[in-house]
Amino acid sequence: MKKKALALLALFTLMIGVLLSGCSSSSESAGEDKSGDGKIHLKFMHDWPKGSSTAYYNLVEEIIKDYEAKNPNVVIDVEVLNPDQYRDKLKVLAASNELPDIGLTWSNGFAEPYATGGQFAPLDDVIEKEFKDQFVPGTVESYSFNGKSYALPMEMNITYVFYNKEIFKKYNLEEPKTFEDLKNIGKVLTENGVIPATVGSKDGWPASMWFMYLADRIGGPTILTDVIQGKVKMSDPAIVKAAEEVQNLVDMGFFVRGNTAFSNDDAKGYFLNEKAAMFLTATWELPNFTTSPDVPQEFKEKVGYFKFPVYEGGKGTDINSYVGGPGLGAFVAENSKHKEQAKDFAAYLVKEWGKRSVEGAGILPATKVDTEGLDVPQMYLDVLNDINNATNITTWFDTQASPNVAELHHDLMTALFGKQVTPEEFAKQHDDALAKEAKK
Amino acid sequence: MKNVMSNKVAIALYVLPSLLLVLFLIYIPIALTGYYGLMDWDGVGQMKFIGLENYKELIHDKLFWESTWHSVLLALFSVLSLVGYLIVSLVLASKIKGANVFRKIYIIPMLMSSVAIAQLWIKIFDPMNGLINSLFMMLGVEDPPLWLADPNMALYSVFVPIVWQYAGFYIIIIYAALINVPQELIEAARIDGANAFQIAYKIKVPLISGVLKVLIILAVVGSLKYFDLIYVMTGGGPGHATEVMASYMYKEAFGKFNFGYGSAVGFGLLVISMGTTWVIQKLLNTNK
Repeated sequence: MKKKALALLALFTLMIGVLLSGCSSSSESAGEDKSGDGKIHLKFMHDWPKGSSTAYYNLVEEIIKDYEAKNPNVVIDVEVLNPDQYRDKLKVLAASNELPDIGLTWSNGFAEPYATGGQFAPLDDVIEKEFKDQFVPGTVESYSFNGKSYALPMEMNITYVFYNKEIFKKYNLEEPKTFEDLKNIGKVLTENGVIPATVGSKDGWPASMWFMYLADRIGGPTILTDVIQGKVKMSDPAIVKAAEEVQNLVDMGFFVRGNTAFSNDDAKGYFLNEKAAMFLTATWELPNFTTSPDVPQEFKEKVGYFKFPVYEGGKGTDINSYVGGPGLGAFVAENSKHKEQAKDFAAYLVKEWGKRSVEGAGILPATKVDTEGLDVPQMYLDVLNDINNATNITTWFDTQASPNVAELHHDLMTALFGKQVTPEEFAKQHDDALAKEAKK
Repeated sequence: MKNVMSNKVAIALYVLPSLLLVLFLIYIPIALTGYYGLMDWDGVGQMKFIGLENYKELIHDKLFWESTWHSVLLALFSVLSLVGYLIVSLVLASKIKGANVFRKIYIIPMLMSSVAIAQLWIKIFDPMNGLINSLFMMLGVEDPPLWLADPNMALYSVFVPIVWQYAGFYIIIIYAALINVPQELIEAARIDGANAFQIAYKIKVPLISGVLKVLIILAVVGSLKYFDLIYVMTGGGPGHATEVMASYMYKEAFGKFNFGYGSAVGFGLLVISMGTTWVIQKLLNTNK
């Protein structure tokens, strides 16, 4: 009997031990004082790795160092991932309630489940206190749900076609005014064995920029937003036409061969190595074309940009209508153990970011910029000028859409570029997903 | 020892720790996955019980069956490549010069992580500057195949590095089994006039058939749940040309925030894997 009792006791201790060890790993949530040095440890996750986003990485490093110097009792533990991994990891962490104290989030559809699911802390108090009238209009709203704001916007991006001036000059090409001109440029370049444009359609979103601009130019600047809001169907003839034009470009060899296997970074290489003449991308690439020390000065001088040309007979006749949107914003986790401190750091980060980003790194911040007396490359001044004169900025379709629809959109973009779907099927599958979403 | 083993409490004590670990780490998560499959859940907010809806949808989901078919193809491919591994091992196990060097060459891919292998092969398959297509273009082929970008070819292209990745693992096991085949048997056969092929086919292979059966099961199950290399190389694309069950599950759960449906897919994967294992075991009679 005694033996039995002993065995039972041993069994219980074992079970408890197993249970505890199981728990401790899951309760080790964000912001715990790991090292026990008495300081507040804040976990900060961002997606600007040193290699591919040097300017961003360095700027963040600098701001963190200054913050730590000003707040000796705080240590910022940084984790850096590349964007795709970052997206995935954020979702995994959210599913287990372990978001970092401070992190970055994309706007609209991406942020919504986190915000409405109670993962992000509302930041209206911080915005009211520290950022009154500081943000570019429309940016904060992109992170707002049910009347509360959940992130401090850091970026504002619009999309251009960047091109290699030297290649254009060599074949006597000029910046296109109409889509027909653009096609002609493609024709001349392919005939001469130059790749007209590079695109990483494996990722879906870089390819989508071509589609979104064509939809904007053919169907008018509100058409994609209307689709999201259920006012227009994706099978609208204008949108199907846009998808068709994408495939026409594919057929004429406008894009680099095999692009459905290229990520955005792979594709970018073709432009940076001067193998492709054009690259449709957003202003987050500006540092690479102006200030980044990693890119040879020689190349930077060759880069020009033009606005996406208008389409003959299309409804979107205004060349100053852009596709773009707020990029990343800083969030604070609702479950953070040091929420106030985290908010304080987030505010500091975004504020300093706004001050230093243009001059130091050449990044367009979401806070207002006074260019007066700034020593920045001409391309920035031009872009800032364009933003001020923009008649419309359509937020990226996949940013506006829910994660469900966005993921499908990315898959379908790859399929459209790979000619695995017809434009009609492309539209129909979107409509089906949107209809299903609306039912929920 | 006999005394201890007759004491039921002692037996329980020895078995329990690992039993608990297996329960908590494997069976309970499996049960939970099946349970989540009954939910409409975005992974962050509230769960909503919807009964068997997800599973019903799964049965009519064309994409799920397409990715299942891709997984099955991979399994067939892996089993076929076992024949290749067997031949290589037979050659290595016969006393040829330099067998040691070859063995090491085959094992090296095993030491690399899947992601590194994926990156390596992405470069090899690159349609413009890749090793393969550079070679093709040097030989004067104008439009060499696009490998990963061509939806008709992408699936078979990703199979190649997978087979390459596991070659070392299988070869080393088959090799070890072959080494243990009694030398006397082989010698006796040789004296009776059997040639090398006959020795291999009639003596060596039947003697290691136990190991081969286990390897077949390993290859099939491993293929059905395969994920990492494919996900890194193609992300399941272009379109869904290289979608396999595991990547489809991942995309549903983490890509689209459909944790409920993703769990249902995961459970489907489990059922299919278990069913297949059972069928293979029946076919091969390994339970004897």
